[in-house]
Amino acid sequence: MRELVVISGKGGTGKTSIVAAFAALADNAVLCDADVDAADLHLILAPEIITRTDFMGGHKAIVRKDLCTECGICRDMCRFNAVSEEYEIDPIQCEGCGVCVHFCPSKAIEFPISTCGEWYESRTRMGPMIHARLGIAEENSGRLVSLVRKEAQELAKKMGRDFIITDGPPGVGCPVIASIGGASAVLVVTEPTVAGIHDMQRVVSLADHFRVPSMVCINKYDLNVQQSTSIEGYCRENSLPVLGLIPFDPVFTRAMILEKTVLEYDPDSPGALAVKEVWNAVKNNINIT
Amino acid sequence: MIISIASGKGGTGKTTVATNLALSVQGDVQLLDCDVEEPNAHLFLMPSFEEKTTVYTPVPEVDEEKCSRCGACAEICQFKAIVVIAETVLTFEQLCHSCGGCMAVCPEKAITEKGRELGVIEKGKAHGIEFVHGKLRVGEAMAPPLIRKVREHARSSALTIIDAPPGTSCPVVASMRGADFVVLVTEPTPFGLHDLMLAVGAVKILGIPFGIVINRCDTGDPGVKNYAGREGIDILMEIPFDRRIAEAYSRGDLLVKEMPGWKDSFAGLFNRIKELDARR
Repeated sequence: MRELVVISGKGGTGKTSIVAAFAALADNAVLCDADVDAADLHLILAPEIITRTDFMGGHKAIVRKDLCTECGICRDMCRFNAVSEEYEIDPIQCEGCGVCVHFCPSKAIEFPISTCGEWYESRTRMGPMIHARLGIAEENSGRLVSLVRKEAQELAKKMGRDFIITDGPPGVGCPVIASIGGASAVLVVTEPTVAGIHDMQRVVSLADHFRVPSMVCINKYDLNVQQSTSIEGYCRENSLPVLGLIPFDPVFTRAMILEKTVLEYDPDSPGALAVKEVWNAVKNNINIT
Repeated sequence: MIISIASGKGGTGKTTVATNLALSVQGDVQLLDCDVEEPNAHLFLMPSFEEKTTVYTPVPEVDEEKCSRCGACAEICQFKAIVVIAETVLTFEQLCHSCGGCMAVCPEKAITEKGRELGVIEKGKAHGIEFVHGKLRVGEAMAPPLIRKVREHARSSALTIIDAPPGTSCPVVASMRGADFVVLVTEPTPFGLHDLMLAVGAVKILGIPFGIVINRCDTGDPGVKNYAGREGIDILMEIPFDRRIAEAYSRGDLLVKEMPGWKDSFAGLFNRIKELDARR
């Protein structure tokens, strides 16, 4: 089983549009949207949901006013400042650590498990897809990311598909760490801007840290050709394969508005042709047919 | 006053708005870059840093001599960061949320705390404003505790502008919470709209007044404007697509320096925010 995870460090470099285009080009893949915090792949692939499952996150503490003696122990012990003067626990501040629950002398704090999102197995015109939705302002995004990736692998096994294409989240923190561990390779989509380069370097070193090989593609490369050249130089020095340069092409936005991949919208556009080349290079690099 | 610049979708122009707004307002201004996973504001402001502090979060250290292997620590830990297997106590410090539960519950007082490095905070000056940012250590999963440390640098006498990370989950909440106003920067595309709606949901849960800035407003489709109209959301500012803006951004140049006319527009954005804040 092979899994390609598309990440970027910086947000808005074009991860999802590129993953959607890959979905159109891949023959035997399972698609996975691991950007559970702000998932967008479904806006292009229009999945028909087959099963829907609750994602149980952590526990949240709730004070039972009828049992509370206002002794103040919970407030003193809570390191997340979640307990108010009125002995109410702010569900957003609550880390779910259970310290207050354990130490309350009146056993006045309940600790129910909360649903903090859901995940879906779906059918799309490009193949099966696993995706999810984390509740707004919720925690545990890393756990939900691990869950959707695991489900994508099970589905691939079940359906005899040997390749997973995963749309990853931006950044380098917990959801990104959860999306790259154990992947065959990551494709870092960068852009020729000072921020794009800076963030690519951080996410490449994160992938190194977890021993996942990185490959790079430069999106909107012609917005600043000089910066693109320096990205290529950086990649050469660090033995990172550059799989392709994609031009700035309004076709990506136009296709998105019509809920299409660039390959469906205009397969002969410069943007679509460039993504196709990147896809062929991906296949060669991670040995899939 | 604290103004937090957030977005939902990444790459819509948060850093552009945060940096240029900070340089267009008179008086005591500080910019806190709370996108600690991928901080970028310094690339545009090029601050001279005067202070650098490494930030740690407490994690347990077990004294094996004192430990009786009773397992109370493993039982209270909700994050599987400390376990007792046969005769050994194992800690997984990268999973620890620093709640202090294991230390408090240990009957043998065998647990003390040491630090896990979260990252660094750098503080300095740029173009007459105070600048602070956090950089999450690569490999560290938890951004919110570092974000909270960056926010400790906010001074109540100053105008504090926060550059928030993308998304809608805990790091974003940590960057918006307690702000007086949130500016959501979006773009007029289906992805921009979808993630804007999520971000609006998060701001509403926190109960903070907000408005939106539409970047590259003359591209894409009318979805964002229709949504704002329907929901009665204030459009505070619109920035058209201009290749010169995109190129200046790519080089790390500040919009108000390259095209000084924008300084009035960002000053106008601030006045609009003050008006809306005063109406509360």
